[in-house]
Amino acid sequence: MKLTLKIWRQKNTNSHGKFENYQITADTHMSFLEMLDVLNQDLIEQGKDPVAFEHDCREGICGACGVVIDGRPHGVLKGTTTCQLHMRFFKDGDTITIEPWRASAFPVIKDLVVDRSAFDRIIQAGGYVSVNTGQAQDGNAIPIERDTAAKAFDAAACIGCGACVAACPNASAMLFVSAKVSHLFHLPQGKVEDESRVMSMVTQMDKEGFGNCSNVYACEAECPKEISVENIALMNRRFIKSSLTSNK
Amino acid sequence: MNWFIAFLKSSLGKKLIMSLTGLFLMIFLVVHLSGNFQLLLQDEGKNFNLYTKFMTTNPVIKAVSYLLYIFIFLHTIQGMVLWRQNRAARKNRYAVPVTKTSSFASRNMAYLGMIIFIFLVIHLWQFWFQMKIGGIGMITYDSHEPVNNLYEVVAYAFGQWWYVLFYVICMIFLGYHLMHGFQSAFQSLGINHKKYSPLIKGIGMIYSVVVPLGFAAIPIIVYLLR
Repeated sequence: MKLTLKIWRQKNTNSHGKFENYQITADTHMSFLEMLDVLNQDLIEQGKDPVAFEHDCREGICGACGVVIDGRPHGVLKGTTTCQLHMRFFKDGDTITIEPWRASAFPVIKDLVVDRSAFDRIIQAGGYVSVNTGQAQDGNAIPIERDTAAKAFDAAACIGCGACVAACPNASAMLFVSAKVSHLFHLPQGKVEDESRVMSMVTQMDKEGFGNCSNVYACEAECPKEISVENIALMNRRFIKSSLTSNK
Repeated sequence: MNWFIAFLKSSLGKKLIMSLTGLFLMIFLVVHLSGNFQLLLQDEGKNFNLYTKFMTTNPVIKAVSYLLYIFIFLHTIQGMVLWRQNRAARKNRYAVPVTKTSSFASRNMAYLGMIIFIFLVIHLWQFWFQMKIGGIGMITYDSHEPVNNLYEVVAYAFGQWWYVLFYVICMIFLGYHLMHGFQSAFQSLGINHKKYSPLIKGIGMIYSVVVPLGFAAIPIIVYLLR
């Protein structure tokens, strides 16, 4: 299949980027990233600068990859990361527009690579359990109702890729932050620090310059792990309650 | 008090203000609409004018009306602040805009709100402000003290086809604003539950169609019966 790729090229954070067009012959069995590998091999052989993009596990669980493909974070396929999107979902002769996540809190480092360390700082603000929870057998000894465990697990499925921020017209990080808050809130080990966690994580989120949630729900539609906006509602009520009633 | 101000200034606190003021304004719309139906009574505006007198002089309603002015102001200012912050959070737009994954109303809440605000300014200037500065003629019913003949001003405005058209178009924008705003207010309060959310969405849909439709129907009927 012959494709035209319209790719965002940007030298570094401070330079202005622009789109450049590339012609490529791809195979329908290739993954999207393999298709970019082929393009980069061509560019290297021509002595040109290859397109920078992030990738690691290439099996949809690490959260490293992620580009906006024709306006859709991780592409058009539902519940899938960029690395798991295959070229059979495109047609011969298609023009594919590839852009980085666009958010002030995620500055472009180069081409399609953005700096997502804002997410790390939000996690550092409270996305952990610091009380002594014992050994593995102690965790297994605590009875947790199945539905509650499932809720925690569904939220824990978040891979922190940032597609929610990329999809949101306000570049809000609410789905990511709420997934972390909800994951730990639903488990007895995490519940202990729930009040301070939700307050410090939201405070850090605001500091990083993400937008405000206006309940558009494009995040939920684009999330490769299909994290529900119910988590955002949970974070809203945890935050309101903690702000009004906690001693902090 | 610092903690409370910090809470209200946080992103979630701002949403809480939008949600609570929005819910109050939605209750107000129902009261306003029920009052407006008196325009259809075919009594030369007697009931409507006496109702206007009651609404502008009753101390309890006066107190609530001041709350209403504050909430309209808060909802507008906070909405503008959120709109500015949200635009700043994404300075560069995507080359390919996507409309499939979200509703028209949710993406355009700020713009719909701005149109409604402009309508509100014209609306208040035309009826409410004119009454406050005494720009409206008086009328006496059953040898009581004279009351503002607001009906005359409203009936005159609703007699102009272009005004009726303007009013109806603004009500369509209001409908879209409410369609997203109603259910969104509950989400911001943290109410998203499989037992209640379908009900909230259903009532929100009915509310956002019926209320603007009711408002829009009145000038159309007055215009046709003039």
